[in-house]
Parts: sequence; C-alpha cells; structure tokens
Amino acid sequence: MEHIISVMVENKFGVLSRVAGLFSGRGFNIESLSVGPSMDPTVSMMTLVTRGDDRIVEQIIKQLNKLIDVIKVVDLTEGAFVARETVLIKINAKGEDRAEALRITDIFRARVIDSTPATYTIEVTGDTNKIDAIINLLRPLGIKDLIRTGRIAIAREEIKAAVQEKSPDKKRLELK
Amino acid sequence: MKMNGAQIFVESLKKEGVKVIFGLPGGVVLKIFDVLYDYKDPALVLTRHEQGAMHMAEGYAKATGKPGVVLVTSGPGMTNTVTGLADAYMDSVPLVVFTGQVSTNLIGNDAFQEADNVGISRPCTKYNYLVKDVNDLAQTIKEAFYIATTGRPGPVLVDIPKDVSMNQTEFNYPEKVYIRGYNPTYEGHKWQIKQAADAILKARRPIIYVGGGTVFSNAFEELREFADLTQIPVDMTLMALGSFPATHPLSLGMLGMHGSYASNMTIHHSDLIVAMGSRFDDRVTGKVSEFAPHAKIIHIDIDPTSIQKIMDVHIPIVGDVKCVLRELNQHLRTSVNGQRKEELKPWWNQIGEWQRKHPLTYTQEKNQKIKPQYMIDRLYQLTKDQNPIVATDVGQHQMWAAQHFKLDHPRTWLTSGGLGTMGFGFPAALGAQRAFPGRLVLGIVGDGSFQMNLQELATAMDHHLPVKIAIVNNGYHGMVRQWQDLFYNSRYSASCLGNCPDYVKLADAYGAIGLRATKPEEVDVVIKESLKIDKPVLIDFQVDPMENCYPMIPAGGANNEMILENPPELQNKEKEKTGAKKAGNGEKEGVLTA
Repeated sequence: MEHIISVMVENKFGVLSRVAGLFSGRGFNIESLSVGPSMDPTVSMMTLVTRGDDRIVEQIIKQLNKLIDVIKVVDLTEGAFVARETVLIKINAKGEDRAEALRITDIFRARVIDSTPATYTIEVTGDTNKIDAIINLLRPLGIKDLIRTGRIAIAREEIKAAVQEKSPDKKRLELK
Repeated sequence: MKMNGAQIFVESLKKEGVKVIFGLPGGVVLKIFDVLYDYKDPALVLTRHEQGAMHMAEGYAKATGKPGVVLVTSGPGMTNTVTGLADAYMDSVPLVVFTGQVSTNLIGNDAFQEADNVGISRPCTKYNYLVKDVNDLAQTIKEAFYIATTGRPGPVLVDIPKDVSMNQTEFNYPEKVYIRGYNPTYEGHKWQIKQAADAILKARRPIIYVGGGTVFSNAFEELREFADLTQIPVDMTLMALGSFPATHPLSLGMLGMHGSYASNMTIHHSDLIVAMGSRFDDRVTGKVSEFAPHAKIIHIDIDPTSIQKIMDVHIPIVGDVKCVLRELNQHLRTSVNGQRKEELKPWWNQIGEWQRKHPLTYTQEKNQKIKPQYMIDRLYQLTKDQNPIVATDVGQHQMWAAQHFKLDHPRTWLTSGGLGTMGFGFPAALGAQRAFPGRLVLGIVGDGSFQMNLQELATAMDHHLPVKIAIVNNGYHGMVRQWQDLFYNSRYSASCLGNCPDYVKLADAYGAIGLRATKPEEVDVVIKESLKIDKPVLIDFQVDPMENCYPMIPAGGANNEMILENPPELQNKEKEKTGAKKAGNGEKEGVLTA
C-alpha cells in the first residue's frame, strides 16, 4: 500500500543524504521525496511517498525516527490528508494543436507559463489522478519535457465527526 | 581562556573522563598530536594500523562499559577505521572516533589524503559530524559522547579539519546536551510491563532469550533476580555470554547456529519467549517462519526498530533492559508464589532430557592430534579461578570458545558478533588489557584471523600488554572449510591457508614469547607456562585440522533441525584418512583430498 510520510528534520547539511541513505541501505522503496524549508528556519519538512506492507512501513517510520536529525515523523495515510503535486510540461504546439492545448489547460485549470511559436510550457497542480489525466491528454500533442515536484502533503484539520461519518470515502472529501 | 582547537579537543576529552586514546598520527592531525605530547592523561596508545586501534577501543569499551576513543588522520587513516566502525555499529559498541580532515578551504578539492569521511562513515555510525568551525568543537564533542553512550550505544565519528584544530576560541565545555530529535526511552511502559508479568506467570514452557543489550545495560543483577524469581531457563546469544553465569543451573548456554542442543530445543518448543536486548538475528532464529512456532513473545529493547523487525511480538516493551527488569521484578516479587518450581517441573524435566541426550562433548584420544575443544576446555579449567577476560576472532574457534569456555562474569567476553570481523580478537584483547593492567586477558584466535592484525604485536610490546594469545591453528579458514565439507562436496576452494608463519619465531621477532603444543599432553604444560610469563605470549596450538564444530543449524534451517555430528560421508572420509599419511599443519591437506 502507498504511504505518504511527513518528516520534520533539522535544517542541516547532510540530512537529506541520511534519509536517502536509510532508504537505499535498507532496501526501502522511495517513490518521491520533496524537501523544503518550514516556518522555523532551523527545520525542514520532507514529504516521502513510499510503498510497502504494514511491517515494512512500520520499520520505515521507526528507522526514520531513529535518525538523530529527524524531529518528527507522521504517516499521513493513517488519517485524512491532502496531497498535491506540481508538474511543468513542455509540449509541441503548432497550428491547430495550440488551441487544443489551451483547451486542455483550461479544463484542468492549469496555466501556460511560457510560450514559443512551436511550444507551450504548462504548469499544473493537483493530486495524482489529475496530473496523470492531463499528461494523458497532452501526450498526443507530443510532450517534449516533463518535470514533477513529487507530492507534498498535509494533514487535514479535524472535521466534525458528523461530516466524517457521512462521507467515509476520503477521496470524495479530498475532491471538495 | 582562549585555546586552539587541538587544546580544546584534549581538554574536552579530559572533561569526558577519557583515560586512553588509541590511534595513529598523520599530516592533518599533527597539531592535536603535538598538544597530546604534553599530556599524560589522556594517554595515547600508538597502534600499528588504524583497524587495530578501532578493535582495541572496542575491546576497551566492551570490558569497561566506557566509550572507546580513537584518533586517526584523514584519508587512509579514516578509511582504515571503516571495518571497526561497521563492527561497532552492528554490536552497539560505544566509540567516539576522531578523524582528521583537510583544511575547510580544501574540502571537496581532492586534496592530498582527503576522503569524504562523513559520507563514507554515514551508514556505519550512529551519528557523525564534520566540525566546520572551532567554535562548534566543544559542543560537538559533548554531543558525540552523549550520543555514543546513551540509548542503544554505537560509534560516533567526529571529523576535524586541520584549520579547526589550529584556530583559536574561548573554551567553554557545555554541561548539558539537548538534541531535540534524540530522546531514547529508558523506562518501559507500565501497562505493558504488567502484561508481561502476567504472561510470564501463566506460561508453562517459558524461556529467557538474552542478547548483548543486556550487557550494555548492566542488567546483570536484575537478570539474575528475574531468572531466580521465575525459575525460567536462560538462553544467551553469542553477544550476551557472561551476562548470566554459564555455570548457573538455570543457564542453558548459547543458542543459535552453534548453540547447545538443549538451548535450541528449549526455545523451539517454548510457549513464551522473554527476549531482552536481543534482535532476533538470523544466526539465532534460523528459518524465521519456523522459529519457536508455539511461543508468545515479550520483547524488551531500547531500540524500537529492533522490535517487530523480524518477528511478530505480542508484548513489545521499548526501554532499557535494566530499568524494565527492575520494574518487572517488582511485580513478580509480590505475585510469584512458592509453586514456581512445581509449575515448571514438567518443562525442566523435558529440558533435562535434552541436556542429557546431546550435551556439548568431545573426545580427546591420547595419540590423536589436539582437539580444539579440548584445548579450549583446558584453557578454561586452568584459568577460570582468575576470572579472565576472553577475546576471540571469528570462526570455528569462536564457536568452540563460546561453547566450552564457561563465563560466569559480565564484560569478560569480547567477540565480534554481528559483523563477524576476523582480526578482531587480538587487538580487542589488547584494549581490554590496557583497561585492566592487572587482569588475565586471553585471546582465543584462529590462525587465519590472527594473521589479519598480527602487526599489533608491536603495540603489545610497546605498552607492556601481557595478553596470552592462544592460536587455534588448523591451517585452514576452518569455518569455511566446514561449510565446504557440508555444502560444497568438500571442495576446499581457497580455505587452506598454505604457507603460514612459524608463530613461535614470529613472537620472538617482536620480542614476545612464543610457545607451541602439538600433542594433547603438551596443552596443560604450555598453558601453565604462559601464565607465568609477564609478557605477551603467543601459543601455537596445532590442532586437528579437520575437526568440525557441532551442533550446527544449517543457514535457513529451523532450530530443531540441528546437525549433531559429521554426516556419514565425512565420517567415512575421516576413517580412510586415519589409515593414510596424516598431513601436518600448514601442509596442503586440502589439495591432497580434494
């Protein structure tokens, strides 16, 4: 099962290699990893997407916690969370394709952030389904280049119990 | 007061109570060595190889419980410590290793004797530091000792660039450390401990499975009381030997691949395992899916990652073994009744049967070559009154020593368990001897292993470390040959050592004393003689080269599937050979029979 793990780490040199080294050294799967500063300049936040059965994920979380530079580890998948990813896609866009590209961009509420007579560069943010969908639609036009940030995620604030009971489907919640 | 980095380094070590540094100088650490020149305390033990320094520090740390300290130079100095770092990391040995680094302005330039010390050591240290500013040096050293010695202990590396050791700053040694991402749990969860106590009293086929963490936690008295209160048999891992007296009636000795028949059968048939400071290593469990199939597991460990890593645990208790056992004993003292012996009687009867069925034995015929088990047994019998510290290398001799050298006292067993580092024993013995000048320190080493760090004979002489090194000389990498016998059709690929030195002359060349025994009746004579000599002594015991170590659980086998003696085809081969010309030690017997 896929797990999205949020890791609060010391903002020091070498921390990234400790986390990455842990995954490679112990043979854990790492699908994506994104790091950035937080509100506190001494702390960085990492979002890790990984896969494994319960025992492996338990080990991953324990091993992360064991790293001295790791301050806090949260498996967001245990509760409600929102995850987003940004993708920059450079596509071929000539003639009629230019209008088609703009239509797709519009449907997905994406933006064109760079344009040449023969290409568009499109920025799109969303969950994995949305990203996959736009990529699939743009593919026939010819994707020249594509770069993804990897997912970042944050836990949802607690919603009133009643609401949670009414919509047990987390995915539906997320789409709202 | 203003000081340079080198002075801060030495003064910080003094604050930490460091008495001995093991190490070797080099270009970028010259400033530190220059400062050390004026100090008697801490004293420097100059080794002949950085790996030697590492194992000495490990031996020192295991025997004393205090952190071992190493100081080496950059580049090759550091890379030579890697085996020791990995060894200490696997066996949770508290070390603080200081490495030199090129000046900060040269880092990354491929300077002379530059290596990425922090990068290289990252996967084999508990934590590591590169000190970029002399103002951080004292704080870093304080943290390094704190991390190395608390929680699950381990090696910490501190990389000190040359300019950091030269630059000056005000020296203030911090009193306290706070690291927000590092808060080891010592006290166990009270409810879990209560659950454990209940489970222990309900069990009718319980076993205590003690690991090396019990040694680092100094939980000897607590373990003793726990076993006495509950009357539960005690199995020890290789790392735990000495933590519970081997001659105690509740002790079943070592378990695992070369453990006793009774200890392995007991854990296999148990209904409750009380694991403490142990990590269900593959040498202990064998085939995990068939390990103790009927047992509930209580697992006490200070490292949460050890729990639930290999086995499903029913009652996990994260905490220090000593603290948890203290609490557990408190529960048991009030709830245990006089019926314990009666309740566990059928279990003990069964264990007694196993013990009688296949005890650890050997046969030494008079006209035969020396059996390694006999030689180790004699060494034990003749020295046990002196409560010796025993260091070993890795291989057959290590397993025979674990089986036949019965240790009754903690911190008397220095061995490389997790990493299985050949060449560990001799320098580890030296480290322990340096810590306890008056005590008898024995090395039981293989001839293959000993040759991996024999250069430290010079260190032994320099520092007057009168260790007694018993070389179990069979002319082979014996354990490799045994596996080839059992699993590779006796094709002795690269296990025969061929040309070996004359160990008596070797000792002589270094100014030490060499002795030799080739016949069983000489064993006692040389041991007694060696004990009279106040110098390092090498004893060359030329043992039966074809002896195999049993019982043995083949890798991946279950604990009740032990091989107890040579299989028939090997026994036949042995018989054929006794009629034929006997090959001596060092001769290429493997080639003759292959």
